[in-house]
Amino acid sequence: MLSVETFPTLQEAAGAVGPRAKFLGGGTLVMRAVSYGDQSFEKIVRAKTVDRAIGSHAAGLRVGAGATMADVLAARDLEFLHPVARAIGGPAIRNMATVGGNLFAPNPYGDFAAALLALDASVEMADGRTMPLADLLATRDHVTGLVAGVVFQRPESSAFRFRKISRVKPKGVPVISIAVHLKRGDPRVVFGNMAPVPARSVGAERALANGSDGAAIDAACAACLEGLAPEDDALATEWYRREVAPIHLRRLLEDGGQI
Amino acid sequence: MAKTPVTFTLNDAETALFVDPGANLNEVLRRGAGDLTTKHGCGQGTCGACTVLIDGVPHLSCLTLAETVERRRIDTAGGLAGGPNLHALQTAFMEGFAAQCGFCTAGMLMAAKGLLDANPNPTRDEVAEAISGNLCRCTGYEPIIDAILTAAARMQGRAV
Amino acid sequence: MSSIEFRKDLFADERDDTLKEIGKPTIRQDILGHVTGRTPFYDDHQFEGMLHMRAVRSPHHHAQIRSIDTSAAENMPGVRRVATAKDVPVNLNTLLSLINFGRDDEPLCAHDKVRYMGETVAWVIADTERQARDACAAVRVDYSVLPHVLDVEEAIAPSAPVVNEVYPNNTFDYHEKYDHQKLRFGDVNAAFAKADHVIEAEYQMSPIEQAPIETCGAIAAPETNDRFVCHTNTQALFFSLGTTAKLLDMASSRLHFIGGTAGGGFGGKVDSIVEPTAVLGAVLTGRPVRFAWDREEEMQVGAPRGGERWRIKDGVMADGRIVAREFTGFFDSGAYMRLSPYAIVKCTGHLPGPYSIPNVASNVYCVVTNRTPATAMRGFGITAADFAIECHMDRVAEAVGMNPVELRILNAYRDGDMKAHRRLAKNTALIECCQVAAGKAKWAISTDAAAQSSKVGGGGERAAIPESVTDEEGRIGTRRAGQTQGAAPATNSTGRVAAGTAGAATSGAPVQNSDMEIDAERIGHRMGSTPVSAPPVAPSPPVAPTPQAPAPNPAASVPTPPATPTPPPASEPYQPEKPFSRGVNRPGASRFTSGFRRR
Repeated sequence: MLSVETFPTLQEAAGAVGPRAKFLGGGTLVMRAVSYGDQSFEKIVRAKTVDRAIGSHAAGLRVGAGATMADVLAARDLEFLHPVARAIGGPAIRNMATVGGNLFAPNPYGDFAAALLALDASVEMADGRTMPLADLLATRDHVTGLVAGVVFQRPESSAFRFRKISRVKPKGVPVISIAVHLKRGDPRVVFGNMAPVPARSVGAERALANGSDGAAIDAACAACLEGLAPEDDALATEWYRREVAPIHLRRLLEDGGQI
Repeated sequence: MAKTPVTFTLNDAETALFVDPGANLNEVLRRGAGDLTTKHGCGQGTCGACTVLIDGVPHLSCLTLAETVERRRIDTAGGLAGGPNLHALQTAFMEGFAAQCGFCTAGMLMAAKGLLDANPNPTRDEVAEAISGNLCRCTGYEPIIDAILTAAARMQGRAV
Repeated sequence: MSSIEFRKDLFADERDDTLKEIGKPTIRQDILGHVTGRTPFYDDHQFEGMLHMRAVRSPHHHAQIRSIDTSAAENMPGVRRVATAKDVPVNLNTLLSLINFGRDDEPLCAHDKVRYMGETVAWVIADTERQARDACAAVRVDYSVLPHVLDVEEAIAPSAPVVNEVYPNNTFDYHEKYDHQKLRFGDVNAAFAKADHVIEAEYQMSPIEQAPIETCGAIAAPETNDRFVCHTNTQALFFSLGTTAKLLDMASSRLHFIGGTAGGGFGGKVDSIVEPTAVLGAVLTGRPVRFAWDREEEMQVGAPRGGERWRIKDGVMADGRIVAREFTGFFDSGAYMRLSPYAIVKCTGHLPGPYSIPNVASNVYCVVTNRTPATAMRGFGITAADFAIECHMDRVAEAVGMNPVELRILNAYRDGDMKAHRRLAKNTALIECCQVAAGKAKWAISTDAAAQSSKVGGGGERAAIPESVTDEEGRIGTRRAGQTQGAAPATNSTGRVAAGTAGAATSGAPVQNSDMEIDAERIGHRMGSTPVSAPPVAPSPPVAPTPQAPAPNPAASVPTPPATPTPPPASEPYQPEKPFSRGVNRPGASRFTSGFRRR
């Protein structure tokens, strides 16, 4: 029997989530599961106050977990993330789907999480803990507590690039998505849908460590599948994903990344 | 089953209902409030047929937990016309053959209304973007985009 | 703005151009309802106390059902009834049985085994949809998984598992003789031997889901006088009504079907599954019942246009004339037949496409696999074959070094040409179509190709039916026994049909009467061995109504039997005052051809 528990604050709600209880963010994941009779949980937990703030922070920029994709698109500070937010859903979905929820969005979703991983974001939990986003993604199916916000540094101009590859035009669910942050000496290349959660391509990062000229791009594309384990789904086979991932990475590195 | 009271404004009418735990806004509008103008197409955010405006902003009613609309305003296609006078969008959809089976139409209209309320003079690309979360399987999108642009022009008193 | 260009210069002398609507802007008569949201779709009919019905579905492609334990589900909150195959009075049907085509092969609810992933094994009827879903999850089915086959050619191999025992060879039986539909016109092998090029290729089309925005669904409710009303979005209201009557062994006069408004269909709403299911729910509970597929069900169990595999072999002369074309086609019907056998007959009449080819042979197989059953979708039977044919035309053009549009014009059929299924082509327009398309695409064609016309050059020798070779390959059952050479048309002919032989037309259902007079006995679904009575000749005196109150126990599984019909006097069959007729009544024209056609 399904029940709903509403708490005044996120901190109080964090105490109520557990193995058979899901936290309701924008609703795009939890309500879908409810409508389709998901038997894995029987309690919906929600908080009355939602942190949708977007602003600067000691460590760079902070986005409240309750900020929607539409909030991101309205924030001038986050202009480099606008292509990512705009690639997610239609306007109605963007008015609902939250940054916090995207960190838990299963494949084939989770474009925003892939982008944040490329930015080396860290996650603030409701109880004050912080952890690297990579750690949260690795344990997200059984993490305790709730995400309050994400913190990351603003990338240098044009160093951050994103590409979403979808079979539906103008937009649709991604076959794969790629986020690249070309930091000097320590680049990040993240693929969505090339592993059970958004994952860094260690091979591509190694190849791009000393610049991104033609030879480095060749090497990055040749090595980009290292350690990645794509899966079959209704959109594409793992074979297809392996075939197209290097091609799209090359386009992103060569032309700067249009969606 | 314990029910939760929820009150909201539905197309200018104060509405108070008891809803089942976990009920989504779409089933509450359709089966609770009796507003059948909002359709249910997928229950998973893919089709947009259930689009309504919550406080003027497009939302998918099938993915909205009903009790979260407490004291908010919901607009559906049922409230689009002012009495016997059709909204400019409705007229433009009629004249422009922008519906065939009609199942996506209510959601299209509400997505379009959300756009025109915020941006009265949209470009063609902006209209396409505004309905990019709404699927139509019969008509094709071009007549729908044309109709929305026609409505926008008429609402601004511009020649079409 | 989209625009339509009317090429009234084409065939102008053959057309009476008095079109009142076509080409003029119009406002749909139903559109006011659409833009105000007031169009009544099936789900917009509200009933007090309506229950929600959901199906328990197979997670396996192919499995024996050992047992079904519904006890936990029955005790869950809100659950009114759990139903299984034994609750369906006549749990075996084939859609086309209503026109006497094919054998009953599909249960509404699986009982002995499941044959595709998502097949229904039980239903739950509960107060809310969520309660029905929760209870469905609590139904325990003990399966013994069987080997499955998902590929059409693997399915016709001798070692393939039998998917559907009604068709033990995994193929539909054509004409009670062959495991495929044959087409033989001329002698392809003799022509291949003389051809300058022989070009072969294979084409594969995936299943395509119709994906209407409104999923399949129906709401059924008890009505007065022991009838049931059913609001449905079926595309085939009387098909659905007849199917429901048969499966539930209920006189069709007890069913009041209301439909005609579908939120998109595209062929995906003809299969008549949700209607008998919803009515069964209403019969079992005595309450209004809604049975609707969610989006995942629409995609998983909603019948798509089936996948098809085609192999085409063309014999072509150096100048581009195609002298022989051979097809080997496989339709993936999925686990049950539904409309696929018919699609193949329709397809065979279409081969070899809109071209005049003097030698044609084709073997088309309707194959049973452990996939979701296939059904109608937008030109099914034709579209995928055309895709293969037109891809192949481009391949032929490349092989002979010819402009692909000119190749099509050269081989196009023309008015008066004999088609492979022995009907004369008329109203042909491929040449003009190619010419206009080439012009629009700014694709240069020769002055000779541009000067061709569909109305000139056809007929004469091209109207003749050639002597045709025949063979007896692929008799029912021989393939499983390993006694066939292969799937393609046989190369060793065993018979010849003389030139000019058109053959006798046959049809699945014999015409009841030459003038289509209604045969009273065939009105409505026949109940058991007792025929439904014909309308009485004279009005009968009023009789006291038989009480037909719903059974007090909602668990009653047997529907109330109808009142015993009065058999009609054998000597006085129903005689309408005038024979029933339809269509145009024009001297020399078939009355079943409506409207004007090019002559």
